[in-house]
Amino acid sequence: MIAEAGAFALILALALSIAQVALSIAGRVRRSAPLVGAGEGAALAAFLAVAVAFAALMHAFIVSDFSVANVAQNSHSAKPLLYRVAGTWGSHEGSMLLWCLALTGFGAAVAGLGRDLPRGLRAMTVATQGLLGTVFLAYTVFASNPLMRLLTPPVEGRSLNPLLQDPALAVHPPFLYAGYVGMSVVFSLAVAALIEGRIDAAWSRWVRPWALAAWSLLTIGITLGAFWAYYELGWGGWWFWDPVENASFMPWLIATALLHSAVVTEKRGALTGWTVFLSLAAFTFSMLGAFLVRSGVLTSVHAFAVDPTRGVLLLIILGVTSGLGFTLFAWRAPNLTQGGMFAPISRESALVMNNILLAASTATVLLGTLYPLIREAMTGEAISVGPPYFSLTFTPLMVALLVLLPAGPLLAWKRGDARGVIQRLWVALLIAAGSGLLALALVQPKKVFGILGVALGGWLIAGAVTEIAERTRAFRVSARETWRRLVGLPRGAWGMTFAHLGLGVFVLGAVFETTWKVEAAEALPVGGGLNVGAYHVSLDAVNPISGPNYDADRGLITITRAGQPICKVEPERRTYTTGGQTTSEVGLCYRGPSHIYIVLGERRDGGTYLVRAYWNPWASLIFLGPVIMGLGGLISLSDRRLRLGVGRRKEQAA
Amino acid sequence: MRLRLLLAALAGLACLAAASDPAERLPDPAQEAQAREIFRDVRCLVCQNESIDDSEADLAHDLRQIVREQVKAGKSAPEIKRFLTDRYGEFVLLTPRFSIGNLALWGVPFLVVIAGVTLLFVRLRNRSLDVELTPLEAERLRRLDEDETP
Repeated sequence: MIAEAGAFALILALALSIAQVALSIAGRVRRSAPLVGAGEGAALAAFLAVAVAFAALMHAFIVSDFSVANVAQNSHSAKPLLYRVAGTWGSHEGSMLLWCLALTGFGAAVAGLGRDLPRGLRAMTVATQGLLGTVFLAYTVFASNPLMRLLTPPVEGRSLNPLLQDPALAVHPPFLYAGYVGMSVVFSLAVAALIEGRIDAAWSRWVRPWALAAWSLLTIGITLGAFWAYYELGWGGWWFWDPVENASFMPWLIATALLHSAVVTEKRGALTGWTVFLSLAAFTFSMLGAFLVRSGVLTSVHAFAVDPTRGVLLLIILGVTSGLGFTLFAWRAPNLTQGGMFAPISRESALVMNNILLAASTATVLLGTLYPLIREAMTGEAISVGPPYFSLTFTPLMVALLVLLPAGPLLAWKRGDARGVIQRLWVALLIAAGSGLLALALVQPKKVFGILGVALGGWLIAGAVTEIAERTRAFRVSARETWRRLVGLPRGAWGMTFAHLGLGVFVLGAVFETTWKVEAAEALPVGGGLNVGAYHVSLDAVNPISGPNYDADRGLITITRAGQPICKVEPERRTYTTGGQTTSEVGLCYRGPSHIYIVLGERRDGGTYLVRAYWNPWASLIFLGPVIMGLGGLISLSDRRLRLGVGRRKEQAA
Repeated sequence: MRLRLLLAALAGLACLAAASDPAERLPDPAQEAQAREIFRDVRCLVCQNESIDDSEADLAHDLRQIVREQVKAGKSAPEIKRFLTDRYGEFVLLTPRFSIGNLALWGVPFLVVIAGVTLLFVRLRNRSLDVELTPLEAERLRRLDEDETP
């Protein structure tokens, strides 16, 4: 009964989304406030209806109702509660429902929070959001309905992929999807503004909070995924340049570019067309990501999850929605006003360079992901584009961006003073050189790229601190005055500082971990041991245990340094009873920011176990850095000036 | 990331850095390091987007054996890679070749940078006349720099 109610609610949501489009457009055309208001009401109601459908599906998973096909295929009654809940979005159908929930949720948020937008712009934004909702809900209802019943329900479900049964991965999709779909608001605002024909500093200010929110959620979502890959896949990697990872990284890069270009549009009225273009591109890349992941074009082995017709449908959705957006752009963008002018050395120029490098990086990731497909379609030759390609193209672009980064915020608008900036950055330059030299002196073996990378990390962190010191006139005015200025800094400024600081922290961690990680593997008898870096790892015992839905070998491992025990870890090798898959639970020993990472492998002849150990120096920073960046985004979001009211006052004054 | 997990699950294995298995290792550490370097650039053909350094698949194991034998016999990395591409095609290497067919792949990222910088310069040249500041504008820009509410 509950599943039927959910299925009904889903169809209702589709009808409400169509009503949302029709009412909003009619309201806009007739300039009728009641009709526009009804459109907004429909947006809110559509969200509630999808929420009901989502709750119904979640309920079916929690009570293990195997008469629902999706539950039977993706759940199992012996699974812990958390993973039954997470199973709701563990499958293709469920994740598309989550996508719809986020899409209508953002639509309702625009309708509810956008009261200060100009009327016409608001109505058209709600209409566009409704159009996106209609398309994706229609897809979910007709091609990927998660609430279908089975005629003959099985007694037991086929279970969720055991690798998915993990706390970080349980919450990873909601963050990621909220980030992906958050870009839809930016897309809708751009389409609405193109239709209304008015794009200015105020518009840019309305876009920024939505872009910031989506960017922050996406940052956290990607980090969770990387952290999961790090400790669940069992070889200590955290980024593989895998097509699915790239699919989430491209919208992030574009959103980052958008956040920076929107600043120029807001403060100086320049780059208007480019900002609109990026607003359209961000959600296009989100949809491209959904298509790449869900259609299976990039992986033949992926084929069991979806049938190709669904991929084609998603491609049509992608082509039509983004095609309409960009056609509108091509038609209306030439009418946009050209903004203020600026000198070659200026904040504007620095932000344009940021955008050029981010756009080139995105092009790199896009090409690296799709080129094998294009090449094979055109010439029939299969090639591989793997991590070495990205190291040779993406990395130099990023290094150029990061080297320029600390100068950007110190340059004045319109006309900057290069010499002044260098004077202000010399302390940061010394710190960067110092950290490189320190790495050269202290870390073995000596590796040039590692040392340069550490210097780059130091440069970014010192640059972010310098910027704050400059704003507060530290060491040039009294400590009291500095403190007064520090407290008075707008949150937007703090947000930027945290984002740039977090990037520096990430660079340090990534460089340290990839350059100086140490690996060791031995087939050990119980009581045996191996050395990894300065640490000794001994296998004390291996016990068989049985979990809720798996059997496992659990190793008891003691890690010592110079004879002193520092850690006891219990890595497991699990075999899931349903499906018979094997996964490994890594044993992690934290030493400051560094990890000792232990994997218990298979049992070998003669009663030995394959034990792999990694010394991953500063690995925590890889995940801490992006968390700081995401927090920076949220701090910025809480800035009073980003609240929508500011724009309205301006409009009324105009 | 989800893709990787599906693959891993499909192959029915936990992905470990399989190449570090002591049973396969070469006795000479320098040769072993050279072999590992090559592994990272060789695709496990039956897996998706995994190098033979990472994969536990049988084919990856066989390929590792071939590479290790050739390293032991004193062949250089380019020779070994040529041997592999002759057998399996360009698909086997994770680094695409610098060839005409891959021109767009290698060229476009840098083309985007060059085009962007050129555009920026053209724009700056055409409008360089107007960058002298009036006192009023200087004051407004100062306030922007201070990040005060305009």
